[in-house]
Amino acid sequence: MSKQLFIQDSVIIRNGKVIVNGQIIHEIDADHKLSSFLKSIYKKQNFKYPKFFKMDSLSKLGYLASEILFKNKEPEPETALVFSNAASSLDTDEAYAETMNDFPSPSVFVYTLPNIMLGEISIRFQLRSENIFLINEEFDPGYYIDYSKVLFEEGKASKIVCGWVDLHNSDYDVFLCQISPGEGYDLNEEELKKLYLPTHE
Amino acid sequence: MKRNYLLSDSIISPMGFGTRENLESIHRGRSALKFHKNSLFTEGGVYAGIIPDKIINESFNIIGDPGLYTKLEKLIILAIQEVLNENPDLNLQDTGLIISTTKGNIDQLGKNEFPEERLYLWKMAEVIASFFGFEKKPIVVSNACISGALAIKTANDLITAGRFSNVLVAGGDLVSDFVLSGFQSFQAISPEPCRPFSNDRQGISLGEAAVAILIGPNGKEKEKIAYVDACTANDANHISGPSRTGEGLYLSISRLLSACNILPEEIGFLSAHGTATTYNDEMEAIAFHRTGLEKIPVNSFKGYYGHTLGTSALIETILTKHSLLNNELFASANFSGSGVSKPLNIIKQHSHEELKLALKTASGFGGCNLAMLLKKETDE
Repeated sequence: MSKQLFIQDSVIIRNGKVIVNGQIIHEIDADHKLSSFLKSIYKKQNFKYPKFFKMDSLSKLGYLASEILFKNKEPEPETALVFSNAASSLDTDEAYAETMNDFPSPSVFVYTLPNIMLGEISIRFQLRSENIFLINEEFDPGYYIDYSKVLFEEGKASKIVCGWVDLHNSDYDVFLCQISPGEGYDLNEEELKKLYLPTHE
Repeated sequence: MKRNYLLSDSIISPMGFGTRENLESIHRGRSALKFHKNSLFTEGGVYAGIIPDKIINESFNIIGDPGLYTKLEKLIILAIQEVLNENPDLNLQDTGLIISTTKGNIDQLGKNEFPEERLYLWKMAEVIASFFGFEKKPIVVSNACISGALAIKTANDLITAGRFSNVLVAGGDLVSDFVLSGFQSFQAISPEPCRPFSNDRQGISLGEAAVAILIGPNGKEKEKIAYVDACTANDANHISGPSRTGEGLYLSISRLLSACNILPEEIGFLSAHGTATTYNDEMEAIAFHRTGLEKIPVNSFKGYYGHTLGTSALIETILTKHSLLNNELFASANFSGSGVSKPLNIIKQHSHEELKLALKTASGFGGCNLAMLLKKETDE
């Protein structure tokens, strides 16, 4: 019999707002630049992680959301990362391509894979756990649920962070949530969708 | 628990169109890696495995209009078509399509030959899915160089979860200036065809290929290869270099063996990642020693194909499947002498040996690692 799974904390970074479990914890004006928004989150939250400044914007988004999700409680080492997005690393691909014929930069090139973000989060929280990065046209809760259920059933994870971290042409959309047996919202497609796109927003 | 099997497969590469031609090329010791002119390199070119457009279009003409699809789409479609030809009764209504790729149509970046949307990996997958009429939305696994094997794990898990009855896993990546210049900026490209695990290795060679394999619970053959299990683990160490202790690879292998209750000495063949960079091959040797695999016959297929990125672990899994079925160990191409601090049992010549269990491993940027166990089952 499979274990009952629940959704605990969630983080949204969208439209200049950072929302934790439904509460806005940080907000800047609508016509912000992404880079200044990211920096303002880092500063406001008082994070001390200089590697942040070396990351591309996509990894910054994933890093910040996970840092907020895990605030005040370091994750268990068996916390798996199941992430996806629509644009892969296209934003950084385009930036790298601009420099490619003159001075190709290894420090930009390394970010031209979406799963680099999983490496960054794993390094920050010392997670040597299961990782996967999927690409879907839009946030699709079904895949998170199916893939996560099997990880739990096979004893490959104690908790799972499901993440949607998408960025292209300055449009960004981030949703992270933590799943585990225990308590919280029931894990099903409807609940995940509701948490991803709260109607009261 | 019901097992899934590695069923029909197809490899499209410079080594041949179809798995049979590819196996034949390996038997004959051929290599996909040839010198190609390229102004990015001071030597005037680079060794790489490249499939000429002309051959692709000739083959593609039979099934569709070559002008409507990018090079990579055509290659992946050709690979899938071959698997579907072998399985005319496959019901595409409940068969999933999982595509493994790192960079997709990246060669089209900045060109205006196709709608810009095709740069999105999901769009490329959708174009391929609608060519064949798959009814379920395709999924893309893009997890650096472990993508191919991770796509097989994903296929197995999504069948187990009841989402699909069968899954067609397909993968492809091209040799593009984008990727060549990137690896060149790391000074990781070998000036000659790559020499995995060898003391004279000088870096990687890149290759392109597309493959497809059907994963499902209903194998009709008397002897078939089962997917047993797979584990991934992150190094949590560095985003562009492997861990010096091989931590993530060690963890993925040791967790897998313990979950499956398998001892290292039960494994008959180990298909390594073996990119031929100094650090990668050394890291693997350390991880294989730490897991007690140092005596197991091991090869890298990169000397034949080059590094095909998101396709490499998929091609190598398919070749491992055929090694198991044919009781055949393939030589690790371009190996001259041990070049790692912990010696391994590198396969030096093609040979025959009774095989039952094989281990496939892969590692990649972002600190990712994967180990997968395959087993031959024989119906009585």
